[in-house]
Amino acid sequence: MHRFLGHYYLSDMQNIFSLKTICLLFVFVTTFSFAKETKAEAGENDIKTEIKEYIDHHLLDSYDFSLFSYTKDNGEHVYVGFPLPVILWDDGLKVFSSSKLKHGETVAEVGGNYYKSYHGKIYKTDAEGTITYDEAHHPTNVKPLDFSITKNVFTILIVGLLMFLMFGSMAKSYKNGALPKGMGRFLEPIVLYIRDDIAIPNIGKKHYKRYMSFLLTIFFFIWIVNLLGLTPLGVNVTNNIAVTLALALLTFLITNFTANKSYWGHIFWMPGVPKLMRIVLAPIELLGIFIKPFSLLIRLYANITAGHIVLMSIIGMMFIFKNWIGSSLSFGLAFALSLLELLVAALQAYIFTMLSALYFGQAVEEHDDH
Amino acid sequence: MEKLINEFSIGLFFWMLVLFVALVFLLRKFAWKPILDAVETRESGIENALKAAENAKLEMQNLQADNERLLQEARAEREAMLKDARELKAKMIADAEEDAQAKANKMIEQAQAAIEGEKKAAMAELKNHVATLSLEIAEKVVRDELSSKDKQMELVESMLVDAKLN
Amino acid sequence: MTGLNFIGAGLIVIGAALGIGRIGGQAMDAIARQPEASGKIQTAMLIAAALIEGIGFAALFAA
Repeated sequence: MHRFLGHYYLSDMQNIFSLKTICLLFVFVTTFSFAKETKAEAGENDIKTEIKEYIDHHLLDSYDFSLFSYTKDNGEHVYVGFPLPVILWDDGLKVFSSSKLKHGETVAEVGGNYYKSYHGKIYKTDAEGTITYDEAHHPTNVKPLDFSITKNVFTILIVGLLMFLMFGSMAKSYKNGALPKGMGRFLEPIVLYIRDDIAIPNIGKKHYKRYMSFLLTIFFFIWIVNLLGLTPLGVNVTNNIAVTLALALLTFLITNFTANKSYWGHIFWMPGVPKLMRIVLAPIELLGIFIKPFSLLIRLYANITAGHIVLMSIIGMMFIFKNWIGSSLSFGLAFALSLLELLVAALQAYIFTMLSALYFGQAVEEHDDH
Repeated sequence: MEKLINEFSIGLFFWMLVLFVALVFLLRKFAWKPILDAVETRESGIENALKAAENAKLEMQNLQADNERLLQEARAEREAMLKDARELKAKMIADAEEDAQAKANKMIEQAQAAIEGEKKAAMAELKNHVATLSLEIAEKVVRDELSSKDKQMELVESMLVDAKLN
Repeated sequence: MTGLNFIGAGLIVIGAALGIGRIGGQAMDAIARQPEASGKIQTAMLIAAALIEGIGFAALFAA
C-alpha cells in the first residue's frame, strides 16, 4: 500500500507542477523497485529488512528523543539522545523516565507494575516482560492509558514555544514603528497572504476576523512541523493520525459551532429543490459534515507519510545498490524529492488552511439569494 | 485502516489538542491580535495618507486654477485701466484743445471788440477834430467874408435866394 | 490486503491521477487564456485537486 501512496502522491505533484523530470525519475523508481524485488539475494534481504525496520521505526513515535543510534561491534545498541517522561494512567498516575524502558530492551518496574515498550507502545507485562500475541501477531497485553511526553509531544511543545517566541517578538517589533523588524519582515507577507488570499476570499470581510487566529496558527504550525519532519532530527509530527485528527477535529468543531441558521438549513432542508430531493439530500449533506474534516486529516497524514516513505525508501536504495550508478541515481532522486518535499510541506499547510477557511466560509455564508 | 487505528495514540491526540488550543489562545493574545491590529492601523494610515495626498493634489490644482483666474482677472483689470487711462488722456487732450480753441476764439473776439471800440473812439475823435477844425476854418472864413458890409449883404441875399428856391 | 484490494487501490489511484491531471491541464489552459485570473484559477484548482485527493486517500485507506 505504501508504494501506491507514493505513486499517487508523485503523480499528484507532477500534474500540478508539470515536472516532467519527476515523471521520468518516477518511471526509474518503479522499474528499480520491481527489479529490486525480483532478484532478492540473501545478503540484500538482510539490508532490505533492516531498512524496512528503520523506516517503520522512523515513522513511529518514541518515548525518548533519540537523534541517531548505532550498533557496536559487540552487538550492543547505542542511542544518542535524551529520555523523556513517561506518564501512564494505570490505577493512578505513574510517571517515570523513559530511560527505564531502554528502547524495549528491558522491563520498567514502577510501583509494583511492570511495563515494556513494544513497537512504540507501552504494554503492561509481568516481571519477565512476557508479551503474548494473538494469531495476527498483535500483542494481547493490557495497554495502560498513555499520556507520555513522547518525542512527538515534545516536538509539538518545542514548535509551540518557537512559534510563541517568533510571533511574540514579531508583535513586539510593531510597537516601535509601523514596520516589523527581523523575522517579521519575512513572516508578515505570509500572514498577510493568509489574511488576504485565504481568509477574506473564503470567509468574507464580515466574519473573517474571528477565524484569523486559528487559520494563522494552524498554517504556521503545520508548516513548521512539516519542515522539521524533513530535517535529520527524525521528528514526524504530521504523519501521526492522532495529530491530524486533533487538527481536523478543531476545524470540525469550529465550523459547526460557529455555523449560522442558513448553514444548517442547507444541510437538513436544502432550499430550492423538490421535497423528495430534500429528504434524500439531508443524510448526504449530514455525512458531508464528517467527510470534510475526515478528508482533511487523511490528506495531511497520507501526504506526509507517503513523502517520508518514498524519500526514505529511495535513500535506503542507495545502500541496496552496490554499484555507483544506482547509488548516485538514488542520491539524485532523493535530492530532487527532498526539494519536492519542501514544497509539499508548505503546500499541505496551505491546503489545510485553505480548506478550513472554505468550510468556515460555508458555515457563516449568508444565502439571501433563495 | 486497521493499521491506522492500531497506530492511533490517545496520548498524542490529547496532548496535541491541549497544546494546540493553548497555542491558538496564547498566540491570539500575544501575537495575532497585535500583529493584525498593527498591520490594519498601518494600512488605514497608508490609505488615509494616500487620500490626503489626493486631496492635497486636488487642492493644489484648485489653487493653481484660482491663481490662474486671479492672474487673468488682474491682467484684464490692468488692460481695462490702461484703456481707461488712454481714453481719459485722449479726452483730456481733446478737452484741452477745445478749451484752448474757445479761449483763443474768445480772446480774438475780445481783441476784435477792443479794436472796434478803439476804432470807433478814434473815428469819433477824428470827427470831433474834423468838426472843430472845420468850425475853426469856417469861423475864419466867415470872419473873412463878413468883414465888409457888402459882402454880408451879398451873402444874405444869396442865402435868401437859396432859401426861396428851397 | 488481498490481490483484489491491490487492484482496487490501483484503480482508485489511476482514477484520481486522471482526475487531478485533467484539473491541472484545464487550469493551465484557463491560465493561458486568462493570465490575469491566474490567482483565482490556482485556488480553485488546488481545492478541486485536494477534494479528489481526499476521496482517493479515503478509498485507499478503506482498501
